[in-house]
Amino acid sequence: MTNHARDNYLIEGLRRLGSVAIFLLQLLAQSLAAFARPRLLVKQIYNAGARSLIIIMLSGLFVGMVLGLQGYDLLQRFGSEEALGIAAALGLLRELAPVVTALLFAGRAGTALTSEIGLMRATDQLTAMEIMAVDPLRYVAAPRFLGGVIAMPLLAAIFSVIGLYGAQLVGVQLMGVDKGVFWSQTQGSVALHDVSEGMVKSLVFGVACSLIAVHEGYHAEPTAEGVALATTRTVVASSVLTLLLDYVLTAAFL
Amino acid sequence: MRANRTLEIGTGLFVLLGFAALLFLTTQLPASGLKFGGAKAGYHVTADFDDIGDLKVGSPVSMSGVRLGEVSGISFDPKDYKAVVTMRIGLQYNQIPEDSYASIQTQGLLGGKYIGLSPGGLDTYLKDGSRIDQTQSAIVLESIINKFFANYSSGKGSAQNAGSATPGKPSDNSGKAESHQ
Repeated sequence: MTNHARDNYLIEGLRRLGSVAIFLLQLLAQSLAAFARPRLLVKQIYNAGARSLIIIMLSGLFVGMVLGLQGYDLLQRFGSEEALGIAAALGLLRELAPVVTALLFAGRAGTALTSEIGLMRATDQLTAMEIMAVDPLRYVAAPRFLGGVIAMPLLAAIFSVIGLYGAQLVGVQLMGVDKGVFWSQTQGSVALHDVSEGMVKSLVFGVACSLIAVHEGYHAEPTAEGVALATTRTVVASSVLTLLLDYVLTAAFL
Repeated sequence: MRANRTLEIGTGLFVLLGFAALLFLTTQLPASGLKFGGAKAGYHVTADFDDIGDLKVGSPVSMSGVRLGEVSGISFDPKDYKAVVTMRIGLQYNQIPEDSYASIQTQGLLGGKYIGLSPGGLDTYLKDGSRIDQTQSAIVLESIINKFFANYSSGKGSAQNAGSATPGKPSDNSGKAESHQ
């Protein structure tokens, strides 16, 4: 049967899509139960969120600084370097923070999730839980999924703030844009819906990336090679899906 | 137990940071948000303008191109139909003549507005709560263009200017033509 399925990529793709969709519904059904066990959830928020802080903050700072440099270089050709704050803030809030955070999250936390659950599968820990009538979906998968979903918007918000600071650092301290102008122009042009657009995006990316990571691990082939393959697939699928969803969401918001 | 403690502290720190960032983005970044970061030292001066263009709170106040302070508040006077701009000027700049002149100017071609102060001649100086009487409103680009077109269609002066400019050109051209030959 597997041979037959492997011959037919279309059917295999459909099967995987259906499997992910069913998995998402199962996770959502277990989510309330996961909230009833906050300790498990807190541990996963720590793993997905707190341990990604350093990489998110460092990346945010440098992305913001690059934005400051590039934005300044471009805007001063038109004599409007005062608009640097707007360019940096909108670029970060609406695009860069959700997308880059999701890509980093897939690489940093997604791989950890997949390989952890995949190894549990390979070492029969999940099967053991099932035998003990402990639902691994509820105790292993759902808290990890929810932890990622909760952590992502917070990480994106931190990314935005640090990035804005980085842009300000380069634009104001290095390039000499007036600080008051930088912030007043930014505040004058950023609306609340720009912030919420970024938050909705990162929430969607959080669901997508966590779902893929947990699903790949949960359904990994129980061998060393299978776990490695699943980890790779997590990064590739999360990245591509993030960028694809980003286009769809941007088109929907504009 | 100890590992559990660091885990909880780390998570708490992360969630706190995340919500602090969210709070900053939702309240501080849009202009409608609250301002924090205590009042800076300085004294406040007001001025009435007919039109402030897109002057914003935080726009700089400068004299001779040097930044003295910033706009700290903008409100509307419903009696005179004027914009009342409050400026915060640094304490060290305490010798600005009382009859100084405030005008709204533009940075760059499309840039933000700022208030430029030109010194007056009095020996009494601006202090906290003073009001600058002489002001000039923001120059709105559209109104200049409108004026230009109004002059252009009615005035003959511009047409004569154009006429006097033309004779120069043919002679230039002929000069070039000769040198080519």
